[in-house]
Amino acid sequence: MATRDLTTVDPRVDPATGELRVLAPGQSFKSVTAKIADIVLTPHTSLGWLMLFSIGGAGATMLLVAVTWLFLKGVGIWAITQPVAWGFAIINFVWWIGIGHAGTLISAILLLFKQGWRNSINRFAEAMTIFAVVCAGLFPLIHVGRPWLAYWLFPYPNTMNVWPQFRSPLLWDVFAVSTYATISVVFWYVGLVPDFGTMRDRTKSKFGQYIYGMLSLGWRGNVKHWMRYETASLLLAGLATPLVLSVHTVISFDFAVAILPGWHTTIFPPYFVAGAVYSGFAMVLTLAIPLRKVYKLEGLVTDRHIDNMGKVMLATGGIVAYGYGMEVFMSWYSASHWEFFMMWNRMFGPIGWSYWMLIACNIAIPLTTLWVRKWRTNLAFMFVMSLIVNTGMWFERFVIVVTSLYRDFLPSSWGTYRATKWDYMTYAGTFGLFLSLFLLFIRFVPMIPMHEIKMMLPAAKVKSEAVEAGD
Amino acid sequence: MALPREGTYGLLAEFDTPTALVEAAKAAHDAGWRRLDCYAPYPLEEAAEVIGFHKNRVPLLTLVGGLMGLCAMFSLETWISTLAYPLNIAGRPTYSWPAFVVPAYEWTILFAGLSAAFGMLALNGLPSLYHPLFNAPNFRSSATVDKFFLCLEATDPKFDRVETKNFLEGFHPNSVVEVEY
Repeated sequence: MATRDLTTVDPRVDPATGELRVLAPGQSFKSVTAKIADIVLTPHTSLGWLMLFSIGGAGATMLLVAVTWLFLKGVGIWAITQPVAWGFAIINFVWWIGIGHAGTLISAILLLFKQGWRNSINRFAEAMTIFAVVCAGLFPLIHVGRPWLAYWLFPYPNTMNVWPQFRSPLLWDVFAVSTYATISVVFWYVGLVPDFGTMRDRTKSKFGQYIYGMLSLGWRGNVKHWMRYETASLLLAGLATPLVLSVHTVISFDFAVAILPGWHTTIFPPYFVAGAVYSGFAMVLTLAIPLRKVYKLEGLVTDRHIDNMGKVMLATGGIVAYGYGMEVFMSWYSASHWEFFMMWNRMFGPIGWSYWMLIACNIAIPLTTLWVRKWRTNLAFMFVMSLIVNTGMWFERFVIVVTSLYRDFLPSSWGTYRATKWDYMTYAGTFGLFLSLFLLFIRFVPMIPMHEIKMMLPAAKVKSEAVEAGD
Repeated sequence: MALPREGTYGLLAEFDTPTALVEAAKAAHDAGWRRLDCYAPYPLEEAAEVIGFHKNRVPLLTLVGGLMGLCAMFSLETWISTLAYPLNIAGRPTYSWPAFVVPAYEWTILFAGLSAAFGMLALNGLPSLYHPLFNAPNFRSSATVDKFFLCLEATDPKFDRVETKNFLEGFHPNSVVEVEY
């Protein structure tokens, strides 16, 4: 392929724009297909994958044990009691679903804004969304006390003649989260259909041809099909965008509709959504940095991606910092004794350390360092940063749930909250579940959308009739 | 539409570049061909344009689906809260419509999204696991990888095994093969 000869100091920088390149130069349709498809089609499963999968499997098994014991004994094995009736289950639910939001943001919002760089990372970010929603959705289900009756949440005709109460945000949550899960899966699968076609055509094994052939639904690349496909993708992106904003908004209503100091605030929806995107991008980095190293995808997931994700984290981190600042300001400005006490207790009460953890992990460390491009493109730094931010975001939910509840209006009813081993096992177990699902995904599904990468290659452009055909 | 289920499906020309495909497709369409299709490994808007495919009905289906979801959930909520199971929640009216907006909004998105995805597949005639073109080995190995195909179909009145082959050869494709049902 003819690439113009340019004298440039840094090969990672595109001389035309002065920005870091989105794709490394010198790739063809064939090389892109081979690179991405062969990760899956190799008969050889690496030892590292097997080791990680056994760790993930062990974690998932621990989750199974914890949930089985929970079903046998009831939610009393957790630390939840009065006054802290919402503990780890809600914290982890909000945390996991927030992580999922970055996947939708990347696949939907960045598609609408025509951010081509998203193409390399959107598939596995969406997979991350789905698996995070699986982990998140588990918590409210096992928290309901009698999980085998969880279907009572849905409106359906029954012999008891009982219907749900539609004025409660908890019920809105049922619809928000179930819609989110469904649309995420559909969007992800629609994106995969043409790539399954490529896999069907590339795999040598008969079994693989059956399975991928089935999954591809008989996709054959007809350009009319492609046009409808592009329309449907754009529409799904347009629908997923208000959806993702609404999901965390509804989750924040679970808190904001209550009259409890620290929860009853109008800033919750935007601040929850920004926090969700913040932690989600951190999780994408946690996954992308090792993946591109192990599978040698530096040409497709370039430093530009890492850099841009750092920028998004900087922006959403800034919104989150504003949210924290406003909470403190309003607790003073409201002149409400209860609000003021809640904030004082949150900062300097018996578990005040958790508040300072969140300030350190979400604001002090990332928002002072992410300004520097050199650090934003430093992989080790960004990997550590992503872990720090996700720790911070977990503490944010912990602080919101626990510190507002454990010392409420009546000092005689004050209590405390100490998570039990079953709480920790369930939480750690969801990591195992997430890791197992994600590893299965990268082993059996092309983790980067091949057709979207092909669209970005220089060879994909149709040259005007005047120009001679051929490259 | 009654299609012959035996004999020739069409003649399939293989090209290396999208530009060559678009030029050939444009020439064929200009020459009066109407039963023809282009195949590409990624969305190639220009190829669809030159063979006269400008609009599709996916947006309409999505709109209809979304409105159905909206009406279904809003009326379900209204019926439950006012007639089927009226509850007094903090003295609020039974028909407290602002609270009904959220689930109705979610179902609008749910139904619209499902209509977009399944409507797209239905309009494309998918799933259809068998197609005559898969009988062409070069189509099978590279249509979804790196090659661009133009198929002039036997159902077109202009189709003639020899003349059409010569016509396609004129665009300097990598190959022209006859595809059987």
